[in-house]
Amino acid sequence: MDYYLQLVINGLFLGSFYGLVALGYSMVYGIIKLLNFAHGDIYMLGAFVGYTMLTVGAGALGGGTLVSLLIVMLLAMVLTGTVGLVLERVAYRPLRGAPRLSVLITAVGASFALEYGVAVGYGPNPRAYPVGVGGGSLSIFGARITVAQLAMMAIAMVLMVGLDALVRKTRSGRAMRAISQDPRACLLMGVNVDQVISRTFFIGSALAGAAGVMAGAYYGKIDFLMGFIIGLKAFTAAVIGGIGNLRGAVLGAIVLGLLESFGVAYLGSQWRDVFAFGFLILFLTVRPTGLLGERVTERV
Amino acid sequence: MTENSRPDEGGSAYVDAVEKRAPANVAFAGTGVGTPKPRRNGLGEALSAVLGSKWLAAAIALLAIALPYLNSGTYVIRIATDALIFVMLAVGLNVVVGYCGLLDLGYAAFFAIGAYTAGVLATKGGWPILATVPVVVLAAVAAGLIIGGPTLRLRSDYLAIVTLGFGEIIRITANNLDFTGGPNGLYGIPDFGDFGYRTDIAIYWVTAVVVCLAVLFSSRIGRGRLGRAWRFVREDEDAAEAMGIHTYKVKFAAYIGGAIFGGLAGVLFAVHQTAISPPSFNFLWSALILMAVVLGGMGSTPGVVVGALVISLLPELLRGAQNWRFLIFGVLLIVVMIFRPQGLLPARIGEPRRRGRTAAPADAAREGSTA
Amino acid sequence: MTGPVLLDVREMAVAFGGVKAVDGLSFAVHEGEVLSVIGPNGAGKTSAFNCITGFYKPTSGRVTFAGADITGKRPALIAASGIARTFQNLRLFGDLTVLDNVRAGMHVRIRQNVFDAMLHTPRYWRSEDAATQEAHRWLDFVGARYDRAAQIRNLPYGEQRRVEIARALAREPKMLLLDEPAAGLNHGEKEQLLALLRRIAGLGTAVVLIEHDMGLVMEVSERIVVLSYGKEIADGTPAEVRANPAVIEAYLGAEDAEAHHEAERIAAQADPVLADSASIQDASATDDSAAAPAGREGQP
Repeated sequence: MDYYLQLVINGLFLGSFYGLVALGYSMVYGIIKLLNFAHGDIYMLGAFVGYTMLTVGAGALGGGTLVSLLIVMLLAMVLTGTVGLVLERVAYRPLRGAPRLSVLITAVGASFALEYGVAVGYGPNPRAYPVGVGGGSLSIFGARITVAQLAMMAIAMVLMVGLDALVRKTRSGRAMRAISQDPRACLLMGVNVDQVISRTFFIGSALAGAAGVMAGAYYGKIDFLMGFIIGLKAFTAAVIGGIGNLRGAVLGAIVLGLLESFGVAYLGSQWRDVFAFGFLILFLTVRPTGLLGERVTERV
Repeated sequence: MTENSRPDEGGSAYVDAVEKRAPANVAFAGTGVGTPKPRRNGLGEALSAVLGSKWLAAAIALLAIALPYLNSGTYVIRIATDALIFVMLAVGLNVVVGYCGLLDLGYAAFFAIGAYTAGVLATKGGWPILATVPVVVLAAVAAGLIIGGPTLRLRSDYLAIVTLGFGEIIRITANNLDFTGGPNGLYGIPDFGDFGYRTDIAIYWVTAVVVCLAVLFSSRIGRGRLGRAWRFVREDEDAAEAMGIHTYKVKFAAYIGGAIFGGLAGVLFAVHQTAISPPSFNFLWSALILMAVVLGGMGSTPGVVVGALVISLLPELLRGAQNWRFLIFGVLLIVVMIFRPQGLLPARIGEPRRRGRTAAPADAAREGSTA
Repeated sequence: MTGPVLLDVREMAVAFGGVKAVDGLSFAVHEGEVLSVIGPNGAGKTSAFNCITGFYKPTSGRVTFAGADITGKRPALIAASGIARTFQNLRLFGDLTVLDNVRAGMHVRIRQNVFDAMLHTPRYWRSEDAATQEAHRWLDFVGARYDRAAQIRNLPYGEQRRVEIARALAREPKMLLLDEPAAGLNHGEKEQLLALLRRIAGLGTAVVLIEHDMGLVMEVSERIVVLSYGKEIADGTPAEVRANPAVIEAYLGAEDAEAHHEAERIAAQADPVLADSASIQDASATDDSAAAPAGREGQP
């Protein structure tokens, strides 16, 4: 029993990471119907930004406490949010109205640029995060969960709930939902579509950046390609939950985290990614709308 | 645009011909009924890019085959073989992305399947390489069917990511299984046989011939009926369906065509390198091949060949700055899509020139209406 | 002129969410007939076309063509059975040449396989030449007068419309569905369209027209089907339909004597012969009946 519970806890923990990244993916897709291929690399960027801040400002931040990590995380969120803004402005906005293929290819280019930009700046070798998150662990019904894991899951939950509130309760959230239904009508209604899109990119990227910092702190090691696989996993999570649907993204992330956790236990960790992608393909073949979302097949 | 006489004013022989469904032995719009206008002065046409590039292509092919006589250094031959294999990959991806508009981000999967099929059969089964080729083709077709089955029904964004996923699945599987050699891969892959020449030159020649044929055939298929079907599906799927074109089957044809090219390139690669391992088939490769196609000109065979040569040879000219190179490629991709999406050497629009054969009316009509 | 039944639509219905776009529609088209489908905006005309041609799957009802059941089949299969169509918003292959667009129409009839193309066999040259010549013939038939090797997106709207019809005709269909072929055309172009429609009818092809231009509809149709809220409310000759009170109500929305007579006046102008019909001589119409004789001199 405690073995399964452990798997569940591991799965939920994984799921909270995937969820933060999947939310950004789903948000952007919902509003401009673009799969931002570079989104995973924003997560990587967040990790590196956090790394830089921690190494450079080690003294000023008072060492590796949770509080200093939170501060770094918030700063990193602002920075990655801005990068997301710039990306939208520079790479995607000029192509509004261009065929979908063009935008996708641009996104691939952006992803490459981010990855190898970091490789050029920091070198291709992995870097160690200067702060480890220590702390003890708790025992719940025989399963172990560390304080670090709890803290991160809590932070992730706060962010996700915050986003949910933003989308449901505020004006800009309403604007986002309206634009995802019908952008032209919104323009006619006087909604500043460009601004809302920029804001969406900012928020989505900030969430990914937060996840990046947490991943760096938790796993201790970062490298310039870490965003690639995360991006694919986040996409898988979004698809499982129903792409374009924010609650679905979170649900999908949790489902994916659990699937991976159990899958790794039975198949071995070297098959983890294959297992995850297998599920992606399965869902797209059998239930393309995901658990909560919209059609993805061509009309005919 | 010039206005020509309207065929629906006054009695029209064309209308008669069509209504009676009789073969129309008349000239077409703008030239009046009767004999076609004589062809315009051929000099201008002769110098046009169209004619020029066909001979240029033949010249380049000859140059490629003659290379070992000009410089047979091992380094040069090795680089040239690499470049040619890359050209074949680009030409194959061009069928999928360029002609049919399917963004495949996992093209290296077919490359891997070809290389590993040949490699395993040769090293573990003792097969001569040439005997593995039919099996490679079958494996590539099977892979195309298996991967294409679920993915080709999806919208383009999803197609992109799922093909990427498949690419990763293939690479990770090759990495994890013992019979593909695990992370170390396969080694000791034999060559094509002893032709009496230095081994690497023999391999180079086989590669050069295969790649030249691949370029020729893919270009011709692109200009034929299936190539048109691919372009119709790319431009507007619904309209294509309304024309009776079964878009799902057409997409499959593109995918399998690309798979066969990729698989055969894999065989060449396996023989050339004599050893293959999973890192050679990762996403970076798929992305580089895509870059070659996009930068060179999607749907344009000369463009894609040039793009492939640039991307594979440039690193040799700028050694050591690998990460800078990829950063620049990434930025270049964005810039090209925004400012020149048709690429360096865009696909030619317009009617193909006819080789001085019968069909004079078609040319006369075109000339007549642009006179 | 009118032969056996070619297309038979029975109680066809399609709904999107809660909206019933087509709601129990039934009508038939005979071989060689020219039929117009008219109705106010939103009556379900294009939706009906889409159902018949397979772009929407009807939720109920049956569609039979040339004796075979084509309900809910794939568009390519329906097209192959002898139906060709044009689209309301002109869906040509923009980047391709005029000739290539027409070749799309005859695509399924071209006898050429991959090996022919690869090896440039005599069959390749023969099929290509034959296709090109036939494409030219169809372009002549519709009166295409611009450079046929030009990209279709660069040509004027009227020419694009003509090419779209040529493309559909190249299918050598038994039935041609034209969705608002006169939209956006000026008066002269409409005259040419009328002549073209008559030529097409002369080929023996059944023509079904969705159209809003009443003059054109009255001139060219042998029969008219009037749709309202997804159902047919009238089905008969132009004269019968014009006098049908249900039709007038559908267009004008109410029992309104003046509006009724205004409609009569317009109808009379469209076809001078009807100015003598009994429905005009309504005692309560004073001002409007003065307009009727003027209509007699009017042009269609």
